[in-house]
Amino acid sequence: MSRNEPFGYYPGCSGQGTSAEYDSSTRAVCAELGMKLQDLEDWNCCGSTPAHTVDHSLSTALSARNFVQAGKQGLFDIVTPCPSCLKNMRVALRNMSDEHIGPQASKLLGGDTLQEGHTIKSVMQVIHEQVSANEIAAKSIRPLEGLKVAPYYGCLMSRPQGLMQFGDPENPMVMEEILAAAGAEVLPFPLKVECCGASMGIPLNEAVTRLSGKIIDLAAALGADVIAVACPLCQMNLDLRQGQINRAHKTHFQLPVMYYTQLLGLAFALPHNELGLDKLVVDPQPVLDKLANQRRAVANAMQTEGAA
Amino acid sequence: MSVLTGKERRIVGFLCNWCSYGGADTAGVGRFVQPTDLRIIRVPCSGRINPLFIVKALLGGADGVLVSGCHPRDCHYAEGNFYARRRLEMCKNLLPLVGIDPKRFEYTWVSASEGQRWQHVVTEFTKQIHALPPAPVFPESPEIERLAACAGE
Amino acid sequence: MRIGVFICHCGTNIGATVDSAGVAENAKSLPDVVFATDSMYTCSEPGQDGIIRAISEHALDGVVVAACSPRMHEPTFRRAVERAGVNRYMFEMANIREHVSWIGKDKEANSNKAFELVRIAVEKLRRNRPLTPKYFPSTKRVLVIGGGVAGIQAALDCADAGIEVIMVEREPSIGGKMAKLDKTFPTVDCSSCILGPKMVDVAQHPKITLYACSELESVSGFVGNFEVVIRRKATCVDNTKCTGCGLCAEKCPSKKSFDRFNEGVGTTTAINIPFPQAIPKKAVIDKSFCRQFVKGKCGVCAKVCPTGAISYEQQDELLTVQVGAMVAATGYDLVDWKVYSEYGGGRYPDVVTSLQYERMMSASGPFGGHIKRLSDGKEPKNVVFIQCVGSRDVSIGRPYCSGFCCMYTAKQAILTKDHIPDSQSYVFYMDIRSPGKGYDEFTRRAQEEYGTQYIRGRVSLIYPKGDRYIVRGVDTLAGAQVEVEADLVVLAVGVEAAANSPHLAEKLRISYDKFGFFMESHVKLKPIETNTAGVFLAGCSQGPKDIPSSVAMGSAAAAKAIGLLSKDMLESDPQIAQVNINRCVGCGKCINVCPYKAIREIDFRGQAKAEVIEAVCQGCGLCNATCPQGAVQLSHFTDNQILAEVEALCRC
Repeated sequence: MSRNEPFGYYPGCSGQGTSAEYDSSTRAVCAELGMKLQDLEDWNCCGSTPAHTVDHSLSTALSARNFVQAGKQGLFDIVTPCPSCLKNMRVALRNMSDEHIGPQASKLLGGDTLQEGHTIKSVMQVIHEQVSANEIAAKSIRPLEGLKVAPYYGCLMSRPQGLMQFGDPENPMVMEEILAAAGAEVLPFPLKVECCGASMGIPLNEAVTRLSGKIIDLAAALGADVIAVACPLCQMNLDLRQGQINRAHKTHFQLPVMYYTQLLGLAFALPHNELGLDKLVVDPQPVLDKLANQRRAVANAMQTEGAA
Repeated sequence: MSVLTGKERRIVGFLCNWCSYGGADTAGVGRFVQPTDLRIIRVPCSGRINPLFIVKALLGGADGVLVSGCHPRDCHYAEGNFYARRRLEMCKNLLPLVGIDPKRFEYTWVSASEGQRWQHVVTEFTKQIHALPPAPVFPESPEIERLAACAGE
Repeated sequence: MRIGVFICHCGTNIGATVDSAGVAENAKSLPDVVFATDSMYTCSEPGQDGIIRAISEHALDGVVVAACSPRMHEPTFRRAVERAGVNRYMFEMANIREHVSWIGKDKEANSNKAFELVRIAVEKLRRNRPLTPKYFPSTKRVLVIGGGVAGIQAALDCADAGIEVIMVEREPSIGGKMAKLDKTFPTVDCSSCILGPKMVDVAQHPKITLYACSELESVSGFVGNFEVVIRRKATCVDNTKCTGCGLCAEKCPSKKSFDRFNEGVGTTTAINIPFPQAIPKKAVIDKSFCRQFVKGKCGVCAKVCPTGAISYEQQDELLTVQVGAMVAATGYDLVDWKVYSEYGGGRYPDVVTSLQYERMMSASGPFGGHIKRLSDGKEPKNVVFIQCVGSRDVSIGRPYCSGFCCMYTAKQAILTKDHIPDSQSYVFYMDIRSPGKGYDEFTRRAQEEYGTQYIRGRVSLIYPKGDRYIVRGVDTLAGAQVEVEADLVVLAVGVEAAANSPHLAEKLRISYDKFGFFMESHVKLKPIETNTAGVFLAGCSQGPKDIPSSVAMGSAAAAKAIGLLSKDMLESDPQIAQVNINRCVGCGKCINVCPYKAIREIDFRGQAKAEVIEAVCQGCGLCNATCPQGAVQLSHFTDNQILAEVEALCRC
């Protein structure tokens, strides 16, 4: 698959709501990198967490239907920004050949049949595979120089290992390589694949404030300017609930939590409204200021050099 | 009272004493359940096996022949299975020429520790033989008998 | 011929799924069978007596026993028939236990199969001839491969019994893993104090020749008469001249060489004597660090050596020796724990292996017995031990228990408290496995007297925070997640077969399991023997073992070797190839294929003929399958016999 051919794009439900900025920044960055994304028509929810905890056939059918829809458009290589959607869709592809679940799910598809040859990957993995570090660096007209980034994948992007095929499940390096290419100083972040508390924010808020609290705490201790994320739910827990975390632990963190696509967008100098920076809860202004100061310092240095 | 009609096929196994026979023992000790069709003839080394034995079994009415020895480089007699490998491969290529489906004959390598592998090999080969029609009956041919007897004397 | 058939029930082992009595009844219809019966335990004394009685009552001259695998009891029954005056090779076994009753559940199919196996045994027996063993002399010398504590024990026991020993050791010094240990459980006595004297004994024993830095190149021959080629690797030091003064190591400018003996804790010089008690105490050059080899110039050691022992041009040497028996005592290596990226995968300097920790604690180690962190040299206060790193873990293909990690972890926790009284140790464990004399008491002492906190559960993550490490795991007894702050984390890394074990096994022609451990002849009854006569096992080469078991196994292997070589003449198996001289056309193909050079060409009335050297033939039958004339026949596995077995199966 080359990036000249269009990928089927599955935004996921969050992309329509809580992570609209992930969706818009993903589209903006992919366009800048020359990757064509073609929206799936009449797509539906992947089933998220509830479906597969209730009925495997149903959750398989929900995701399988999206592949069927894509097939009708002639799209076989799908990308999605959301790791949770990715996991559900991959599980569905695997389950469709399961001797028990497969036939039941097929029945639920109501006459449609799933063709062979569908694949789904995360947008992050496809960028990593299709775009070289040099190319990202070349596109980065405002490189993220001097910006200390704590890369945080969340628990799903690399696991389960066999299903996600994302390198070392405990120590993936894809986001590091992409952001480093854009000029950022990427910190070695030991909690990069730890759980943020996921959907426990509602039934057991303490779990989220504790788990996400550790992540923010360590990132701050390492001197990070920003936490880069790739999952809508992680972003929500770290960003939206940062106030809750502060209240629970009597802390005063104000650590911006941004999608890696937003950071790439800044490096590519894409318009801020396309990146949805205004949607962030913790103000990203310190990040922008630091980058601006850095640019000024570099410009000054060059002027002085030129003068000398 | 030969093979159980309808249930079993005639499958003859030639196993080297040191690895595969031991592997079959290991499978037994581990109670790794297998189909009952196979009858094992013990030979010291897979290199002892004359392709004639295999052909003779298949002409004589065996539905399948399975040969197993030590893994290459692991022969108790240093290099017996290297000779075996050449002969057995040659034999497999020869079978279609004499009108025998080469699927009736397989050779493999199983060590004395690989009880589970042996179970797998036997189960798969038995399945393979059951998927084939019963062995063709070759007319009693004095010529074949004479030739076979020559080597056997 | 008059054949008697005995069908064993083996209690219910066979009897439950095979109709032994029915098989015996049917067997009476087979040609030449004049007597058939079933018995409860044929191998028991009454069972054997039954065979002997039947032989005399029915004038039998051949016996078939249908019971367990011939690999188990064939020798037993052969002796029984011989006691009754029948040649022991007029005996055949049908394996109706391992190959029938234990693997099939259908009694009808099993009984039918059992009968057919009896039928082929009878057909084979009808074509057997009485055979008489030949006798041949043996070399009264033993090769011990590996100079760890198991090999040392085997060598000393053999040598004390008056048998010459050649010991081959891959590393520059003998002593193996035990030499690296600080103390040993459960007595906490000093490892080098108890091993050191034994190492000296090896060096000084007049019957032992030691080749360090050496490996087995090839093996030929057979029990009693092995010919072994040993590769003595170039150490660039002439051992006849080196006095072990250590001046070279003092002056060597390449001081950042990897310290193999100290498991990479600290560095050493490119030329070095691995440790003060090393045997032999000779300097060795590590070519991957020596400036003479890396940069092409230096020569400092050659200049300072008072005896002129340094020789950069030294080449590997091949040495051929004759031995009668061999003991494989190649020990173990640690599993590559870096596959666990949740433990840092090697990224964190203060996450160390248990063996590194031994060196960190050892008074003769790089830190002189003061435990300190590799990162900043600080004394650790909180030490976390994680057990089963690379043991009992199916996900990395190491499903087995390494056996002794529970014990040495308890020991290391105790020693940590001894070294640093205000320290606190934590042990994450799956189970505490301490079945040994005084072992369980010892692990209790670690907890009760030394205050080690044992937490039952696995660790999911180690990560650095500040200059400490957070160890996150689960306490399965409390049902809660726990986090422990650690200054140092010690991983009880599991055991795997020594590197290249399968390679050595192939040279020795012994079997190995899928983990590379050498296979014993019988799991319970022949744990020392291998399937190759004259090759014995000792220590961890066969599977994980602690020091007492390794020493016991070393002595056991020595006893086996001494027993074998105590006879002046060894008996050969007469099931060997024979040449029918009338059929032989002297083509020489059999001579070419024989792996033992056991066939030679002779001149028979002016014609070339093949002749088998009886004491050398090992009975593989390669020649038999090769001979275009059928002139070479392997006794008891002749073409006729095998074809009769095929016939019995197919034409019935």
